[in-house]
Amino acid sequence: MSDGHPTRVQEAIRGTAGGRWREVLRRLPPIFVVLLAICVWISFLNPRFATVPGIMSFLMRAAPAAILAAGQLFVIVSGGFDLSVGSLITLVVLGSSMLIGGDPANTWWVIAVMFLIGIAVGVFNGAVTSWLRVPSFITTLGMLVTLKGFALLWTGGAPRGFLPNNFRVFGRSRVTGIPGLEQVPYAVIILVVTAVAAGYLLHRTGWGKQLIALGDNPRAARLSGVPTARVRIGAFIASSTSAVIAGILLGGFSGVSTNVGDGQELSAISATVLGGAKLLGGRGTMAGAVAGALTLQALFTLLNLLGWPKPLRDGLQGLIIIAAVAYTAWREQRR
Amino acid sequence: MSRPLIHRKPGRLALPPTFLFLAGAFAAAWLLVSLFGRGQFLSAANITNIFIRSVALGIVAVGQSFTILGGSIDLSVAHLISVTAVMSSFIMQGDSANIARAVAVVVAIGLGVGLLNGLIITKLRVNALIATLGTGLFMQGLLSTSFQNFAGAVAPEFEVFAYGTWGPVPIPVAVLLVVAALGVLVMHRTRFGAYLYAVGGNREVARLSGLRTDRVLIGAHVIASLSAVLTGLFIAARLGAGAPWVGQDGVYDLESIAAVVVGGTALAGGRGGVLGTLAGVLIFSIMDAMFNQLGTGAFLKQVFRGLIIIAAVASYSFRSKEEVS
Amino acid sequence: MAANTTPAQQGRRDGPPILEMRGITKRFPGVVALDGVSFDVRAGEVHALVGENGAGKSTLMKILSGAYTPDEGTLLFEGEPISFSHPWEAQQKGISIIYQEFNLLPYRTVAENIFLGREPVRRGLLDYGKLYQDTAELLARLGVDQWIRPDTLVKDLSVARQQLVEIAKALSFSSKVLVMDEPTAALTDREVELLMELVRRLRDEGLGIVYISHRFKEIFAIADRITVLKDGRKVGTVDAADVTPDDLIRMMIGRPLETFYPEYARPEEIGEPVLEVVGGGNDVLDDIHLTVRAGEIVGVAGLQGSGRTELLRAIFGVQPFTRGIVRLRGHEVRIRSPLDAVRLRIGFLTENRKEEGLALLQPVRDNVLLVHRALRALLAQANGGPSVAELASRVDLRAAGLDQEVQYLSGGNQQKVVLAKWLAVDADVLLFSDPTRGIDVNAKAAIHRLIRSLARGGKAILLASSELPEIIGMSDRIVVMWDGRIHGELPAGAAEAEIMALATGQRRGATGQRGGRPA
Repeated sequence: MSDGHPTRVQEAIRGTAGGRWREVLRRLPPIFVVLLAICVWISFLNPRFATVPGIMSFLMRAAPAAILAAGQLFVIVSGGFDLSVGSLITLVVLGSSMLIGGDPANTWWVIAVMFLIGIAVGVFNGAVTSWLRVPSFITTLGMLVTLKGFALLWTGGAPRGFLPNNFRVFGRSRVTGIPGLEQVPYAVIILVVTAVAAGYLLHRTGWGKQLIALGDNPRAARLSGVPTARVRIGAFIASSTSAVIAGILLGGFSGVSTNVGDGQELSAISATVLGGAKLLGGRGTMAGAVAGALTLQALFTLLNLLGWPKPLRDGLQGLIIIAAVAYTAWREQRR
Repeated sequence: MSRPLIHRKPGRLALPPTFLFLAGAFAAAWLLVSLFGRGQFLSAANITNIFIRSVALGIVAVGQSFTILGGSIDLSVAHLISVTAVMSSFIMQGDSANIARAVAVVVAIGLGVGLLNGLIITKLRVNALIATLGTGLFMQGLLSTSFQNFAGAVAPEFEVFAYGTWGPVPIPVAVLLVVAALGVLVMHRTRFGAYLYAVGGNREVARLSGLRTDRVLIGAHVIASLSAVLTGLFIAARLGAGAPWVGQDGVYDLESIAAVVVGGTALAGGRGGVLGTLAGVLIFSIMDAMFNQLGTGAFLKQVFRGLIIIAAVASYSFRSKEEVS
Repeated sequence: MAANTTPAQQGRRDGPPILEMRGITKRFPGVVALDGVSFDVRAGEVHALVGENGAGKSTLMKILSGAYTPDEGTLLFEGEPISFSHPWEAQQKGISIIYQEFNLLPYRTVAENIFLGREPVRRGLLDYGKLYQDTAELLARLGVDQWIRPDTLVKDLSVARQQLVEIAKALSFSSKVLVMDEPTAALTDREVELLMELVRRLRDEGLGIVYISHRFKEIFAIADRITVLKDGRKVGTVDAADVTPDDLIRMMIGRPLETFYPEYARPEEIGEPVLEVVGGGNDVLDDIHLTVRAGEIVGVAGLQGSGRTELLRAIFGVQPFTRGIVRLRGHEVRIRSPLDAVRLRIGFLTENRKEEGLALLQPVRDNVLLVHRALRALLAQANGGPSVAELASRVDLRAAGLDQEVQYLSGGNQQKVVLAKWLAVDADVLLFSDPTRGIDVNAKAAIHRLIRSLARGGKAILLASSELPEIIGMSDRIVVMWDGRIHGELPAGAAEAEIMALATGQRRGATGQRGGRPA
């Protein structure tokens, strides 16, 4: 390994300000280009897509997946996996329906309870992985089974009851009266707020940086005084919390069902990888992860417009993911 | 001055701690059912039932043992099971003259999928999780587009695979035992198995010793796929026809992984074995049977299942000093 | 000091070489690793290969073993030109190399490791009976069958025995040339003795052995010829009988030792005790009494297994003390984890920066700020705190920018990043373990100057090293570890011989019985 350009540090710094932007652009995950290309294609087929209401509708539908991917990224970047988020979504939807029991007065405290459950699950996942040394793949796999079982146990296996309007508003309604944009879905606002917060947490706080370092080299992190258990538990809490939010949105959008969360965890992982995250940790951007999720949703929309049946759309997702990762691996090699 | 050459019997089959769990599970089940449940736990019918329950998952888990031992993983097995079940019953159309052809076709598909998985992982250098997730989704997509319901029918003669008996032994159980025996043989007594342990233990060491690591991994994935095909055939025989959702319904991908790790094979590869996996599958079946006889619902069973997975693996790993993620 | 030879062996040693490398040149992007190097090995000789880190030793050996191909030059084996495209081919031919990091599978048995890829097969299945038999015979031939059983899992063997397994593996290929890369780095002194015996025996059987080491004592005990490499070129090949250690050093670096190191601390520069360990002990250490004062560099010497690195790890909380007291500036403290140590402003630079010191995919900036961030509140802003630019300048870091990923830096610069990381939190007790391992000469000197200037600035420094010249050159006081204890203490500028005497378990001036079975 050579020095590269052995310039003195001062010179390097002078160049850094402008050089930093160039670095950012060079580091920009290619997923953005893909996302743009797909969106352009959709607009050709359906010109309404390129309008503000069209984009808003798209984002509203894509919001749960994007939020889930944002949360999953915290775990992926630390070198782990969170397979439990899909079941947690199902639990949130079914559990909320059971607890609210049709009475809108209950909505707020039920939502609070759901967040508490989410945090508890996150703490459990992180603690077992950190202290019992069980690989997170296994821990969260176990929780996937348990949480789903718990949700089904609670409801006796069938979707029961319904979710009142003041719960569903987040997933399917819009806010009116905003100057400039006629209607903005609640989901989109939540998406933007969550994504920005997540991006800030991962890229701008000490915790996020420590998390990335932990995924890159756990031993070095530990020997640098990083409180690895706490940092990792935080990542799982972030992931679970994102699952709760996604669950609320999905419950609002689609109503109560027992398989609302199925497969969501693998989609979330795929989205982060599409956005450039490395599955063994140490690399990943929040913008990339969100873009990855949006790209998947855009892809579905596109295929829908092209008349592809749903199962085939899912099938193509598989090919796309392989292609994306193969491309990233090839790029890594050329560095 | 040397001591006489002492060594353990060749082909030693070290008992992993998972067998303690198996014994423990059995004991716990027997105890709880005696105290709280209906009927006897120790009946011949019950034991047979436990084994029959284990066949579908057991066969595919034996195959999954190979991939995980090699440091890889296969998430496409559930979808391949669906494809196999549907295609075999579709080709058979209830006619025993078609059995051979149906089996040949699905075996070919299995070989192809295994090869594809292996190649994507080794030549395109795509992470195994992503690669097999991708091929699985793609397969399922093609399948579900072409078939929306049960397709065709299995020939009545073929159903013997699921319902026949050989004297006191049900044929499916016999098949499971044969598959397990073959798995043990290949893994512990062939060069391929030794190479697989090496590739999973430390790929670089394997490479430096001249092993063709790519071929070994591809071989492991082919084995996993073929075992999925066998499970698919079994399910088709059991249901009378195949439907495109059978693989996912049984969650065979994640469950086979769970059985393998509960059985003592490390997720990172390099240690473990087929016998442990079989024990893992039996533990699941015993727990299921126990819950049934205790009259608890299917869902409570599932709650415990997840916790058992975590607890079993934790018992193997909590003493480790390394950071784990 | 000449190696023992019989006239017959003498005759053989002057014979034609088994292996010859002529005019080998190897280039990597930005650096010429080897420039026209010629090297040969004869049957029945031990040929030591010596040189600073970065001189080209490992590159030369990697070419020899088939891991690299040379850009120019030829290899001749028994007079025939050869080329390898894979280490496996070299091994088949009869050239085996044993690396410092063993190439063994921990969860497989000794037999399975030795014959990996060549397992005996009968009727399509592995023939375990023959496998264990062959292995037992091999181990007997080596004379180690008393200590190693063919069916033991490698992970259950000590490091020394694992090395014996590696040697057995090499022998199983009927090797004619055996290359050993720093073979004694991880051995206790008794194990070193045994290894020397083994090497002599193999040499007498006609093997050509290339012995890469920086331990002159061993080299002079065992080598017949010595080749010195410097900056990718061969300085010369000499008979061991004809040179002294000083001659070698001069060949390696072109300067006598003394001009290399900064000056020791003057008595008035040394202040109050900062770190005190009283009666410290754990699983591997016992009865540790140690004081480090502000402004002082205390060197910790000792062979591998003596507890040298374990001492630093105990102080830093990686494998904490379970007995005794640790005091920091007079106050008793309990250090049970690295985080505790970090909070107390203790810093630890490990001997393996890539595995334990750096997050290689992350930029310089994030590595330098890592400890700083670990100390602050979790949700605090990432970019607060010390100026990375200033720290980088302080350690004279040369990088393409603060956002360059650390994996692309040279070894010396990587180590500077690690140092900057600890300076960022103003650690005032610094523990160094082999701080200049794997670093080129210039960067070595720079880091030594940095360490001394840190001491002058009032820091208390504990410097453990496997390189005696470094210990002697840097330490104001030297403690010597042996068998998990501090076996003795020496003043600045002590002689290598004195340190070695203590490090091998002897009292000064005493001669003890040595030898015996490996641990």
